[in-house]
Amino acid sequence: MNSFKKNLLKKRYNAERRFQWYGKIAIGLALSFLAVFMFQIFSKGYSAFQKTWIVTEVHYDKELLLIDAESPSKDDLENADYYDVAYKAMTSLDPGLPEEEDRQLIQMVSYKYEAEVKDLLLKNPDYLGKIVPIKLTASDDVDQVHKGNYPRDIPEENRRVNDYQLQIYDMLNERGDILSEFNISFFTSPDSREAELAGIASSFMGTVFSILVCLAFSFPVAVLAAIYLEEFAPKNKFTDFIEVNINNLAAVPSIVFGLLGLGVLLAVFNLPRSTPLVGGITLSLMTLPTIIIAARASLKAVPPSIREAALAMGASNMQTTMHHTVPLSMPGTLSGTIIGLAQALGETAPLILIGMVAFVNTIPGTPVDPAASLPVQIYIWSESAERGFVEKVSACIMVLLAFLILMNLAAQIVRHKFEKKWS
Amino acid sequence: MNLILVTFIILLAFTSYYFGRKKALVIQSSQRLTALPKFYGYYLAAWCAAPALIIFALWSVFEPSIVKTFILQDYTDQNLTKNELQLIYTKVKALAAGTYTGNITNFLDESANKYIQLKGIANSAKVAIILAILIFSLSFAYRSVQKNDRMREPVEIFLKWVLFVASLGAVLVTIGIVFSLLFEAIRFFQAVKIFDFIFGTHWYPAKTFVRDGQPDPELMKDAFGAVPLFAGTFFIAFIAMCVAIPIGLLSGIYLSEYAGRGVRKYAKPIIEILAGIPTVVYGFFAALTVGPFVKEIGNAMGLEVSAESALAAGAVMGVMIIPFISSLSDDVMTAVPQNLRDGSYAMGATKSETVKKIIFPAALPGIVGSILLAVSRAVGETMIVVMASGLAANLTMNPLESTSTITAQIVVILIGDQQFGDPKTQSAFALGISLFIVTLFLNVIALSVVKKYREKYE
Repeated sequence: MNSFKKNLLKKRYNAERRFQWYGKIAIGLALSFLAVFMFQIFSKGYSAFQKTWIVTEVHYDKELLLIDAESPSKDDLENADYYDVAYKAMTSLDPGLPEEEDRQLIQMVSYKYEAEVKDLLLKNPDYLGKIVPIKLTASDDVDQVHKGNYPRDIPEENRRVNDYQLQIYDMLNERGDILSEFNISFFTSPDSREAELAGIASSFMGTVFSILVCLAFSFPVAVLAAIYLEEFAPKNKFTDFIEVNINNLAAVPSIVFGLLGLGVLLAVFNLPRSTPLVGGITLSLMTLPTIIIAARASLKAVPPSIREAALAMGASNMQTTMHHTVPLSMPGTLSGTIIGLAQALGETAPLILIGMVAFVNTIPGTPVDPAASLPVQIYIWSESAERGFVEKVSACIMVLLAFLILMNLAAQIVRHKFEKKWS
Repeated sequence: MNLILVTFIILLAFTSYYFGRKKALVIQSSQRLTALPKFYGYYLAAWCAAPALIIFALWSVFEPSIVKTFILQDYTDQNLTKNELQLIYTKVKALAAGTYTGNITNFLDESANKYIQLKGIANSAKVAIILAILIFSLSFAYRSVQKNDRMREPVEIFLKWVLFVASLGAVLVTIGIVFSLLFEAIRFFQAVKIFDFIFGTHWYPAKTFVRDGQPDPELMKDAFGAVPLFAGTFFIAFIAMCVAIPIGLLSGIYLSEYAGRGVRKYAKPIIEILAGIPTVVYGFFAALTVGPFVKEIGNAMGLEVSAESALAAGAVMGVMIIPFISSLSDDVMTAVPQNLRDGSYAMGATKSETVKKIIFPAALPGIVGSILLAVSRAVGETMIVVMASGLAANLTMNPLESTSTITAQIVVILIGDQQFGDPKTQSAFALGISLFIVTLFLNVIALSVVKKYREKYE
């Protein structure tokens, strides 16, 4: 072999190797994007599951509470004045502080600290007249300092925690009076303007209601439509038109469905704004084509021999379909439905358009109460400037992703466990 | 009231099912049944529920507008505009419901009384008509049960109609989209010339925001030029495709031609996770991590970079789109018949030469289709742009500046309370319909290309 041919061959083999590397690098890049992404979310978000408390002592002084009765009833405790007691509990952390500076101390706990002082006494009426330790929710700034997310070395005027507050914090921390516990209230409390009090309960319930409404509207219609198109529809122009329609609908941008919800559901039918009912219906229009396509595919996968056997036994077309084909196709249909719902779960834009971005600080009890949803909550919080919300957003994303992973797992299980393998 | 009526109809349908089945058993003792007993029940139930529910639905749809015309008849001599009439009607309704807090005039009071009266008449008429229909259809159905007519065929025909109507659902959604968009968009184009919208280069709808009174037509002319939005949309989509096409295509090629079964089995679903992550999460990531990162790098190189740059949004969107391209192109390349590959190898070609010169050209239509679908996805993507790439509509081709897109502007305009009838709100629908047309166009081409390709090799 002459050297020219040898060189050419070498070149070609090098090209081959290079090409293979391009592919590997591409896959590596895609996977590393995912890894970086997950790492970012988790490293930012895990601290939101910890809540910081400041421990202090509170004296439930009858005089300060303005309680006159000897043995006060529950109502008396309910109507007592907790302002002074709570105020004293905080200022006792640094008795030497002049009165006009007391705001600095008060700002270290959440603005609801008075209610927390009240709740403790209502839970334990025998604390009346005693001095007891109490846990107060730390403000989000102190919370961030405690979690180490807050640089201390920047100049005081650029900091939201001033030198005095840092000094008190250090003193408390040394005494062990700063507690860090699992943040239950993140899951049980509704949204709030204050990062330390904000939770996902309202948006979580909003999501659950929207998904249920979406399921109730889209599943029956989609399955019936799929049965018609796959088993009964004559081959004609109109059926083709419906098919093209469904395929295109599956690729329409989600925000267009939001406009539909706004222009038809809210403006024409006058359904209540900002509610999971409207959100769910809007999402159901979106998931409809997805479920139809999945249901048709799994109806198609039922072998013709099943149909032929049923027909041979004298069943009518309808009986064959309803008694044999449809039940056999159900696992595939259901897993397609769950995947469609998982897609709907992550949608944000259409819900924003129908007003589910409203600030809701109550937990919705029915689908016609105003609510947010998890993805919209992520959007709302990420628009907020406060530092404490960054970790809340990440934590909320983690909850949403967990929800999605669960749903996809459920879809896999349904498919593998219940689907019959033919052939 | 409505709920009680519907529950009543449904309960009656259930009872008639049991009644029909029982009746069939009675008939069985004297003559041969034409179908299984339960079909007698289905037959009665269907006749009971279907006509009544259809009439109920039609009534509920048309009643409000009929009542409205009756009420507004009294105001026809006052030469009021449509919006004013609408306002009056809202007031009348609020007054009737007892939630009106404004100034009550005699005229309004009269109308409200009339409204309550009309509603009462309508309600009792509805109940009467539905009861009549129930009695009529049930007695009709009962007679044919008694005659022991064929029972299974009508029930099955009815079911088939139900299935057919359900399949119209998807068509209805499309019609709903087109009409709701068109309706508002046409009103928008009455206020703003369509020419100004499509070719104007200045988008600043906030300028026309006037609390009361009519917005200034001179201002309107210059405020709704959508060219910056169209340009921004395609620019960001272009950046996204610059990221997604090379990575997606190369990983698709590797997965279909080189990867062993084990790698393929795990790598493909893991890459597809990227497509399953909600877009709002990508938006947060782009705004909080990628945006500042791009800015830092740019500043280090001495460039002026906006914190909300088109580059950050486009790049993150590209990552989101990778799996669309990689999975679809993997599928189409796997579908290329093996004998094409074998022929190429037999001629002494290396694997990469086979991919580049044989498989890629053979799969090209399918790949183009998948890229078009990905572009349509990028054009319609909302949250990433809203969160990561500014909301000011700059007409720029600099990826380091912020731009806005059609979708982002729709969100900006419609977030919070909307006022229908305001050209600003209507402009969102005009944007929506242009978005719908663009994506529809892309989808139709892509789907037909992919379909043709499939037919070629199947």
